[in-house]
Amino acid sequence: MRKRPGIGAIHKQRVEQERFRGKATELQDNVFEQMTNQMEKFRTNLETFASKHRNEIKKNPAFRKQFQDMCASIGVDPLASSKGFWSELLGVGDFYYEIAVQVIEVCLATSPRNGGLITLGELRQRLIKARGKAQHHQEISNDDIIRAIKKLKVLGPGFSIVSLKGTQDTSDILIRSIPGELSADHTEVLKAAEAQSFTSVKALKSTLNWDDVRCLQILNELLRDGVAWVDEQSSEKMYWFPSFFKPLMSEDEIALPPPN
Amino acid sequence: MNVILDLKYVVLVEEDIGNLLRSSKIILHLAPWNEGQLSRPPVKNLSSFIKLAFSDGKLSHFKECIQKMLQERSWETVAVHPSILHHAPTTFRSGIVGIERRLQAKVENNSSNINIAFQDMQNLIDMAKDMVQLANVMSNKIKDRQGDISEDETVKFKSYLLSLGIDDPVTRNSCSSNDVFYHQLAKEIASFLLKAISDTGGLMAMSDAYCRVNRARGLELLSPEDFFKACNYMEKLNLPIICRKFDSGVLVLQLQSKTDSLLEKEVSRLLQSRDKLTALEVSQEFQISIVLAQERLYFMERNGLICRDDSVRGLVFYPNFFSSSA
Repeated sequence: MRKRPGIGAIHKQRVEQERFRGKATELQDNVFEQMTNQMEKFRTNLETFASKHRNEIKKNPAFRKQFQDMCASIGVDPLASSKGFWSELLGVGDFYYEIAVQVIEVCLATSPRNGGLITLGELRQRLIKARGKAQHHQEISNDDIIRAIKKLKVLGPGFSIVSLKGTQDTSDILIRSIPGELSADHTEVLKAAEAQSFTSVKALKSTLNWDDVRCLQILNELLRDGVAWVDEQSSEKMYWFPSFFKPLMSEDEIALPPPN
Repeated sequence: MNVILDLKYVVLVEEDIGNLLRSSKIILHLAPWNEGQLSRPPVKNLSSFIKLAFSDGKLSHFKECIQKMLQERSWETVAVHPSILHHAPTTFRSGIVGIERRLQAKVENNSSNINIAFQDMQNLIDMAKDMVQLANVMSNKIKDRQGDISEDETVKFKSYLLSLGIDDPVTRNSCSSNDVFYHQLAKEIASFLLKAISDTGGLMAMSDAYCRVNRARGLELLSPEDFFKACNYMEKLNLPIICRKFDSGVLVLQLQSKTDSLLEKEVSRLLQSRDKLTALEVSQEFQISIVLAQERLYFMERNGLICRDDSVRGLVFYPNFFSSSA
């Protein structure tokens, strides 16, 4: 469109713009209509899917994980809102929100002992026990627990996931339920202490090649936070980490199923 | 001459690893001989096992074969008449083999069900993917403000996003009547928690509040995000509880009536009576969690009312004599 001088040209330009805008509105209306139609279809499809496979979602951790991964790959969060389709029709919401609530409760109960730091393995065992026999057919996997905890982040800095070794081993993943960050040094000490649940200044010096001051400082910080307990009765001070203690099994406890 | 041993007598197969002076052997531990069977002359058993020696390295092969035989225990299966086989393809087999085969059939059946489920899920997700793309187009239009998007349509669009679980920055912060859900929720939460928060000294951590609300609901639980959004509306709606964020990032619900100065006065009074305070003592006195007790103390410290003594024995707070005796 060649620009022509004069009022006539300006007027014509304006008319052209109006026409384009009109077209844009039309197009946009189409998009909206399309979306409305699609939403209805989608809802029906989801209802059908739910009636067929709702139980599978509840019972099968692998199926659940696949579902979550697929949703994530297309940019959809099925747990975002309890008002969402996924929650209402598939019931995924209740499943994960219940785990979230139970995680908070277990962490609250155990934090006087371990300073708010619990291994994923122990957390899962306690959750299974807390959920009781009625729900034994609803198996929860480590993936389920981690997803629930990730959702809790919106409630504040309380819950974070600390990975000690980058492996998927459940004793190497710690859940921190109190605010505050673990520095790299803290994590190194935890890694070193994990195998036996205890360490000492001497042990850290030889394993990590740190000097006395650094070892003592980090251990004292962990002590102050309640993550480490000190035993002054042995020849040298021993620092114990209740987070790594295997949970005590009482006589009437049934044997727990092995983690995934 | 052939020596025959019925495999049914073999209880355990073991390998006796040899050394320089003697070769490896296979030990077959045997069950006691069944007296009733007299198909051959009875033999007196002096021990309950026999040892087999092998030449030219056939030991491991033999061990494999015999273990396989013992696992299959094919001598235990009932021999089926060929004509029955012809009519009924699923033969009834007793013994371990029968059980194993039935389990196998069950697993195969389950796995075909799962395959259908996965296929259905794939189809569903593919459809959802199209929806997401449509939503992006729509969202871009709103962002560029092309054409007249009616208020109505924006509201509807937001509800679609909510239903699908799509997080869209364009529409996230805009107000709409969709928020009626959150307003309602905020009022419910506030009225439910009012007494509990008053009992815990006017402050409650968000995670604690979330637990209580969901436990009370029992079904149709709230997502953490829904809960958070609802709480953020409380101040706007002039509810008696508000959501508040401390400097450390900790989120709490606080009674409007419990202003900061009131909280400070309470802690100061406690401090005066005890000369020094730890977070633990504050939490015990006011029946609040350690985290909240800490937050209150840090807050007062920042306002210059108290000072800290930080040692391995823990964090202790004292009245700030620097400012008071200036």
